[in-house]
Amino acid sequence: MIRLQTRTDSSTLMVFFSPLLALILTAFSTFVVFFLAGVDGFGAFYVLFIEPLTSLYSFSEMLVKAAPLIMIALGLSIGFRAGVWNIGAEGQYVIGAVAGSAVGLYFYEVEGFWLLPLMSLVAIIAGMSYAGIAAFLRTKYQVNEILVTLMLTYVAILFLSAMVHGPLRDPDGFNFPESRLFHDSATLPIIWQGTRVHIGLAVAVILAFVSYFWINKHITGLQIKISGNAPRAAKFAGFDENKTVWLSLLVSGGVAGLAGVFEATGPIGQLVPHLPSGYGFTAIIVAFLARLNPIGIIFSALLIALTYIGGESAQITYDLPNSITSIFQGMLLFYFLACDILIRYKFVFTFYQRQ
Amino acid sequence: MKYQLELKEVSKSFGPVQANDGISFAIKPGSVHALLGENGAGKSTLVKIIYGSLEPDEGSMKWYGEDFCPTNPFEAREKGVAMVFQHFSLFESLTVAENIVLGLDNVVLDDVIISKIEKYSKQYGLSINPHQVVGDLSVGARQRVEIVRCLMQNPKLLIMDEPTSVLTPKEVTDLFLTLRKLADNGCAILYISHKLEEVRQICKYATILRNGSLIKNCNPQEHTKDEIAEMMIGKKIIKLARENIKHGKEIFSINSLSSKSNNMFGVDLKDINLSVRQGSITGIAGVAGNGQDELMRILIGEDNAPASSLEFKGLDITRLTSHQRRQLSMFFVPEERLGHGAVPSMGLDENMLLSRPNSSKMTRNNIIDWKQVRNLTNNVVDTFNVMTPSVSAEAQSLSGGNLQKFMVGRELIQNPELLIIAQPTWGVDAGSANNIHQALIALADSGSSVLIISQDLDEILSLCEQVHVLYNGSLSDSVDMQKNGLEKISQLMLGGAIQ
Amino acid sequence: MNELFVQIILGISIASVPLIFAATGELLVERSGVLNLGVEGMMIVGAITGFVVQFHFDNALLSLAAAIIAGMSIAAIFAFLTQIMLTNQVATGLALTLFGLGVSAFWGRAYSKVTVDRVDAINVPGLSDLPIVGPLVFSYDPLFYLSILMVILVWYFLNRTKKGLILRAIGDNHDAAHAIGHKVVRYRFIAILFGGAMAGIGGAYLSLVQVPIWVEGMTAGRGWISLALVVFASWQPFKVIVGAIIFGGITILQLHAQGFGVNVDAQYLSMLPYLMTIFVLVTLRIRIKSNTNRVMPSCLGKIFHSTQ
Repeated sequence: MIRLQTRTDSSTLMVFFSPLLALILTAFSTFVVFFLAGVDGFGAFYVLFIEPLTSLYSFSEMLVKAAPLIMIALGLSIGFRAGVWNIGAEGQYVIGAVAGSAVGLYFYEVEGFWLLPLMSLVAIIAGMSYAGIAAFLRTKYQVNEILVTLMLTYVAILFLSAMVHGPLRDPDGFNFPESRLFHDSATLPIIWQGTRVHIGLAVAVILAFVSYFWINKHITGLQIKISGNAPRAAKFAGFDENKTVWLSLLVSGGVAGLAGVFEATGPIGQLVPHLPSGYGFTAIIVAFLARLNPIGIIFSALLIALTYIGGESAQITYDLPNSITSIFQGMLLFYFLACDILIRYKFVFTFYQRQ
Repeated sequence: MKYQLELKEVSKSFGPVQANDGISFAIKPGSVHALLGENGAGKSTLVKIIYGSLEPDEGSMKWYGEDFCPTNPFEAREKGVAMVFQHFSLFESLTVAENIVLGLDNVVLDDVIISKIEKYSKQYGLSINPHQVVGDLSVGARQRVEIVRCLMQNPKLLIMDEPTSVLTPKEVTDLFLTLRKLADNGCAILYISHKLEEVRQICKYATILRNGSLIKNCNPQEHTKDEIAEMMIGKKIIKLARENIKHGKEIFSINSLSSKSNNMFGVDLKDINLSVRQGSITGIAGVAGNGQDELMRILIGEDNAPASSLEFKGLDITRLTSHQRRQLSMFFVPEERLGHGAVPSMGLDENMLLSRPNSSKMTRNNIIDWKQVRNLTNNVVDTFNVMTPSVSAEAQSLSGGNLQKFMVGRELIQNPELLIIAQPTWGVDAGSANNIHQALIALADSGSSVLIISQDLDEILSLCEQVHVLYNGSLSDSVDMQKNGLEKISQLMLGGAIQ
Repeated sequence: MNELFVQIILGISIASVPLIFAATGELLVERSGVLNLGVEGMMIVGAITGFVVQFHFDNALLSLAAAIIAGMSIAAIFAFLTQIMLTNQVATGLALTLFGLGVSAFWGRAYSKVTVDRVDAINVPGLSDLPIVGPLVFSYDPLFYLSILMVILVWYFLNRTKKGLILRAIGDNHDAAHAIGHKVVRYRFIAILFGGAMAGIGGAYLSLVQVPIWVEGMTAGRGWISLALVVFASWQPFKVIVGAIIFGGITILQLHAQGFGVNVDAQYLSMLPYLMTIFVLVTLRIRIKSNTNRVMPSCLGKIFHSTQ
């Protein structure tokens, strides 16, 4: 008979072993999926996970995709630690992009070093306010933030569509639902010449380290951790529950908003209807894969970004649909969550003969 | 003669912990048999084996001389084993009748069962209303529901796990009457307790366990209370008493505190007044569920109180958070250890930070000084003899007694001028309980004040100079212990007039 | 005008049915103390499975059965992870939704340009031809009636059977239920599978009845709205119908709004169901604020592990 037994202490070995096991299991399952889809497993595997790392272009594209994932996941991880489930980062990302871009388009005739910081600031405030709706409803009326943030995501995407079809549409764009292209002072600086890697990546990495120290050294980090683990103990320690909810949602909303405007002013260069590409949702996976650890998020974001790039080349090489990426990401999270049981519990095999 | 139930060399271990080590004893039909032992002695594990919730690693059991090895509670119940749990296995959102039906096999909820419930409750003097929702019931009434649920199975063996720990003296007397009636009708009772007086009162047979091993099978009425206690604990217990009591001026007061509970099943507090003097130990007695939780939350600062209803050192503290109250040197130990006083999944060092006045230097400008945190944690662990593998061990990995010592130590190390402590020794082994009591006395002797909220009357009586009783949200005046003190307290606990 | 009226009522019913199925299933799951946020994922897997089977075999019953099995299979992943491997229910539910959206898109790419035969309404000769009453009462598809029947069955199960009582008890206090010998994990596992089956039918209704085509991501948040409906219904089966009709109504009225001459961009009208969800959740909480403790299953979302 096999049963689970609680460990007296979390297993340090398993903290490292379990993600590895999850990766192996995911890789194995991917083979099976390929096999069922009638695709050469080894070839597809190479295209998905190895090839992107061999070409400079794919590698740089991986960094481009990792930047927003790192930023959004960092924000979300704060809330997830506190038991505040902001599932609508995608919406805050879109609203941030729309608000920031609107500023950029308003000053279309004006150039200046101040423009990009202003756009970023507006995007942050917009993302915060949008997530703030959920914080307000949860603290004031105990309305579940999961549902509110999600519903607001659908609303945000429709809003973006209304904007690019209406007020923000390029007047010389032959009625295409797109904004004008941003001019130079509204475009993110490139930090790796010849690629699309922009300053957003640097911002993301810096934010990861800031957040690492904040969570481990500042009393607020502890407040967030305690609130998530034992809400009554947080009250006992004198922490205000509502403050934790507000903080979690404002931080994650602000960062998602910033990531949104970075995407619009960076790799895309204009406001388009297909801006919401699911980063807000994928970042949830990124945060969990990193066990909500800020430094870990850099690595898990790179891994997930790799699957995006790999998925794109698989689309070209093997005519596999893009959705293979989300299947892969979903499976990775499944296995990862399942393997984490090894940290808190151990399997005990008992051979007990009844008399 | 055939025994009702016979255990032979029953052993059970959980990983490295040997919970039961070769336990043997036998229960006669129609007898009241005590199972005695400290917390952690292995009583609960043994009982769960008999009830089929756990399977033994080794050993065997016989029921009327036949092999008996239930693999789940259904099988045990079918044979005639019934059990009243210490932490009741009741469902708050369901009615009394629904709760009872859930414990019976092959029975659905209909009028027949309701009239049967009414019949049994009359027959044994256990007053319950089948249509009430359990969440609205007092602790005593909940226990009656559990007992009726057991009786309806016509049990041959009734297991009662610490049944009196939550009852008033009057309710205990009533319970004993019911148990006598049952035993006279031929139902054996396995009575688990650590209260020796009552065991000697109603049991002729006792099995004493210590650290998972059998110490002795005996007749408790042939031994003195101290002898049994020594067998249970393994050493002599030092009696404690305060010698030089010196009261100073008033340091803390509750003034006309009334508060509506924000919980559906909670109790409203009504016009509570209390004065605590320097160097005193004040006790609030009363059965759990009479407003203790609500009062404690307000004292800690987790719930709001009306302005100027709480005064500490002459200041109105009603608008201060618990953290701000600690800055004034007011500290707290809540009843619930895991999840309230400590975060189960966090290390002791991190838990140290739950109570962190600026004077502790654990934080500076909100930046945590982990070195100082670990120093202090080590200090608590050493001073209060907390058995833990390391200072970063998770709180939930500690035994109840050790965690309680840690939590009391965490507050004491800040030299509180006022310590408010709820159920200081609930679920704590006798050795640790003794340490905690000594520490509280030492604190009061040094001139600080202690306010104890406890449902353990023995504890209150042995420690406190001033005793109040909380009943249904109202607090009695201080009881004059010189004139029939105990009798008055018992009356007040049952809602007698407040004189 | 009468015709339009009938058309709107019919439209509302059709829009409500998938919500009734999915929300009723989730209601039972939540009553057992499990929060499955994967409804959207289970629905869309049901939608694509039903569609593919209908395309190949053109057999409505077979398609439904396939959608049910598909919903249950994907729910089984959730059940295994949360009940056996004790994973966090919120995270696992989200993963389930992402996974379901991915799988359906992957599988559905070959079916994006085809249509199938719509599952038709039952026509009762004579009765269906009555003016207004006829089309209103007798022109629904069988699934509409099934959805109402399922609500009644779930209500009956929860409130009138012993097993339903045990399920509620498990949702209220799983430790106590375990202590007196009830199989917590087994009940929850089965409840989760039932939730998957119901979400599967709900999804299939979208791709077989509402619009008989396959569009990637065609559930468009209906799984999430179903979750909100359970809260709206304060975990009472019959209130699910009321909630579903409100949401169905908003969806349909928004479609007809431009026909009525409301001059607002389509995007803003499309926002209405989502905004309505939030609005309802808020007004509901204001109304039952003091009651929430009692209506919500106490163990909702908590992990159960029987140690000793």
